Amino acid sequence: MNFSIGQTIKHAILILGALIVIAPFYTMVSYSFKSQREIETGADTGFFGSQEVIIDEFCVHRGQPEREEVKDTLELYPEKTERDVYNILLDEVKKNCTKKPVFFNYQSAFTFAPLLRYLLNGVIVTVSIFLIQVIVALPAAYALAKLRFWGRDFAFSLVLFCLLIPVHAIALPLYIMLAKVGLTNTYAALIIPWTISVFGIFLMRQFFMTVPDDLIDAGRMDGMSEFSIIWKVMLPTAIPALLAFAIFSVVAHWNDYFWPRVVITGERNLFTPPIGMREYRADSDGTFYGPIMAVSTVIVTPLIVAFMLAQKRFIEGITLSGMK
Amino acid sequence: MSGIFLKKINKSFGNTLVLNNVDLEIYEGEFLTLVGPSGCGKSTLLRILAGLESSDSGEVFIGGADMTKVKPADRNLAMVFQSYALYPHLTVSENMLTPLKLRHLSTLERFPLIGPFISREKRNELTERVRKTAKILKLESFLKRKPGQLSGGQRQRAALGRAMVRNPVGFLMDEPLSNLDAALRVHMRSELSELHKALGSTFVYVTHDQAEALTMSNRLAVMMDGNILQLGKPREIYENPSDIRVAEFIGSPKINIFSCNVIKSNQVEICGFKIQGNFQHFMDKKISIGIRPEHLSLTNDRNCIKGIIKHRENLGSDFFMHVESPNIEKRIILRVSPEEALNLQVDAKVNFNFSQKYALFFNSAGKRVEVFDPNNITNKKIA
Repeated sequence: MNFSIGQTIKHAILILGALIVIAPFYTMVSYSFKSQREIETGADTGFFGSQEVIIDEFCVHRGQPEREEVKDTLELYPEKTERDVYNILLDEVKKNCTKKPVFFNYQSAFTFAPLLRYLLNGVIVTVSIFLIQVIVALPAAYALAKLRFWGRDFAFSLVLFCLLIPVHAIALPLYIMLAKVGLTNTYAALIIPWTISVFGIFLMRQFFMTVPDDLIDAGRMDGMSEFSIIWKVMLPTAIPALLAFAIFSVVAHWNDYFWPRVVITGERNLFTPPIGMREYRADSDGTFYGPIMAVSTVIVTPLIVAFMLAQKRFIEGITLSGMK
Repeated sequence: MSGIFLKKINKSFGNTLVLNNVDLEIYEGEFLTLVGPSGCGKSTLLRILAGLESSDSGEVFIGGADMTKVKPADRNLAMVFQSYALYPHLTVSENMLTPLKLRHLSTLERFPLIGPFISREKRNELTERVRKTAKILKLESFLKRKPGQLSGGQRQRAALGRAMVRNPVGFLMDEPLSNLDAALRVHMRSELSELHKALGSTFVYVTHDQAEALTMSNRLAVMMDGNILQLGKPREIYENPSDIRVAEFIGSPKINIFSCNVIKSNQVEICGFKIQGNFQHFMDKKISIGIRPEHLSLTNDRNCIKGIIKHRENLGSDFFMHVESPNIEKRIILRVSPEEALNLQVDAKVNFNFSQKYALFFNSAGKRVEVFDPNNITNKKIA
C-alpha cells in the first residue's frame, strides 16, 4: 500500500462525510438502548448506556394491586395494616416490572402500538408498488429502446418531461380523484398513484439501449413473441438495473410520510411505518425517546439489511456497466 | 423447388437507398456468400430474408412459397449472429433448447411448474436432440456452462448449435467469424465448410472479408451501394471480374489499376508500351487495365516497366513489393517468390512485365470490356 497526499486527502474527506452520514444512525441506535433519564441528562454512558435497571411505570400502572386483592391478602396476614399489604404487593409488582432499558424500549416499541401491523402494511404497499412498476416499466422501456414506431421520440421526451414533475405539485388533484372514487383509506390509495414510475421507465430504457439488438433478433428467430422477449430475454439480462430500481422504489415508498399522511386519514390498520411512528410521539407525559428510537431502528433495519445483501449488484446496476 | 428467391427488393432508411431492386436466387443446398464493404446493404438483405427487416417493395420466396409477410419464426430459417446472441442467463443446453421448446411445445406445456410435468416425454426427446447436435459440434462438455464461461470459439459453436438443432431449411450467418482471433477464424472457415457439406442445407453467409468469401462459398455475390455487381463462382469472380469495383474488392493485395490512353483503334499505350486489341469503341476515352499482383513478373530486360521498390511485405510464402514507377500515380504491388526477394531491398531498381492475357480492361464507367479476339489470346508479354 502506498499513500499519496492526494489519496490521503480524498479518503479523509470521504471518512468525514461518512461520519456525518452515520452520526444520526449512531444516535438513534444508541438512544434505543438507553433509559429516559440517561437520554435527558445526556450523561456520557457510552454507546450501550449503563443498562441500569429501571422500573417500567406503565407496567406498574397496569399491575397496580386491586382493592379485592389487598383484602384477600389481608386475611392471610391479620397482623398487618391495609396500607402495609398494599405496599408489599406494589413492591412485588415493581420488582416484576423492573427491567433493563433496552428491553423496556424494544418491548414498548411493539406494545404501544401495533408496530408489526404497520410493518406488514409497509411490506404490502412497497412490494405491490414495485411489482406493478416493473410490469408497467419493462414493456414501456423495451418499446422506447428497441422498437421503431411513429412518435417514439416524442413519447420518450414525455417520459423525460414527467421526470421533472414534483410529487407534491400533483398531490392535491390526485387526492381529489381518489376521494371522488371513494378510495381514500384503502391500500389502493397508497399504491395506485405510484404504479407508473417514469423514473423506472427511464432507467430501464437506458439499460435496454445497451442490450445488443442481435439478442432480440435471436429471440424473434427462435419464435418468441415480443412479450416473451421482454420477460424471458430482457428481464433476466436487466436484473442488476432492476435491483437498483428496486432499492430506489422500495426506499422511497417504505420511508414515504407525505402520501400516506394525505390518503390515510383515520384507518389505523392501514398505517405504514412512518405514519405509525406518530403514535409514539409526545403526549402530556413528555416524549419517550427510548421507545421512539427503538421503533426507528426497527423500521430502518429491513432496508439496511436488504441493501447490504444486494450491495454488489446494486452498484453494478447504478453504473449500468451493460453486458458483454 | 425449395431454393430461396429474392425478387426486386428495395429498401431505404430515410433518404439513403440501401438496396436497389436486388434480385437473387439461392439454390437449395448451396453455400452462397454476400460479400461487400460495410454499408453495401448485405446485412440488410440477409435481415430481409430472415424477416427481421421488412423491405419497401419486393418479394421473398422460400421453398416456393411467398414468405414476404411471414414472421421470422415461421420461415424456418436459423440465424447465427456476429455477437453470437446467446441468452446470457441460460446454459448452453438451455440456449439450444429454447427454439425447440417454442416450436414443439404448446403454451400450456411451456408453462412453469406444470409444463415440465405434463410434457416430460416430449422434453426428453428435445433434450436428446440437443445432445446429438452437441455431439456433432463437440460441445458436450460445455452443455452445463453459461455463455459467459465460454471462449469465443465455443460460443460460436454454441450459437451454431442453437441454429442447427431445429433442422432449418437454411442457415443465415451474419459475419459469424469476425469476433474470433485470426487463427481461430481460419480454422472455423474449414469447419463451417465441412459442416455445410455434412448438413447439405442452404447456407447464406454475409461477410466483408473477401478471403472468407473465396474460401468457403459455392457462389458469391459481390455487393456494392445496394446492388449486386456480380454473382458467380469464386474462381470466376476472381479471374473475370465484370466491374472494376469487384476487381478491386476481391483479391488481396488489391489489383493494380493502370489508366491508359487509347491511341489508335487497335492500340493502347501503357507506360510507353503498346498493346494491340480492338479499341475502336473507346477512341479518345480513358481505359483502365487491371493486373493482379501475381501476374506481374520481374525481368532482367531493361526495356520493360521500370520502378523503385519503396516497401517490401514479407508474408513468409510470398513477398509483396510496393513499387513506385514514373508516370504511374499509384504504387504498384507485385508478388515475388522468397528466393527472388532475397536480393531485392528497399530502393532497388526493378523491371517488370506482364503477359497480355492477364490484362483486364475496364471502360470509363468501370465496366469490363473485351478487347482481344477470344480465339486468339496470346501469352505475349507487353514488351
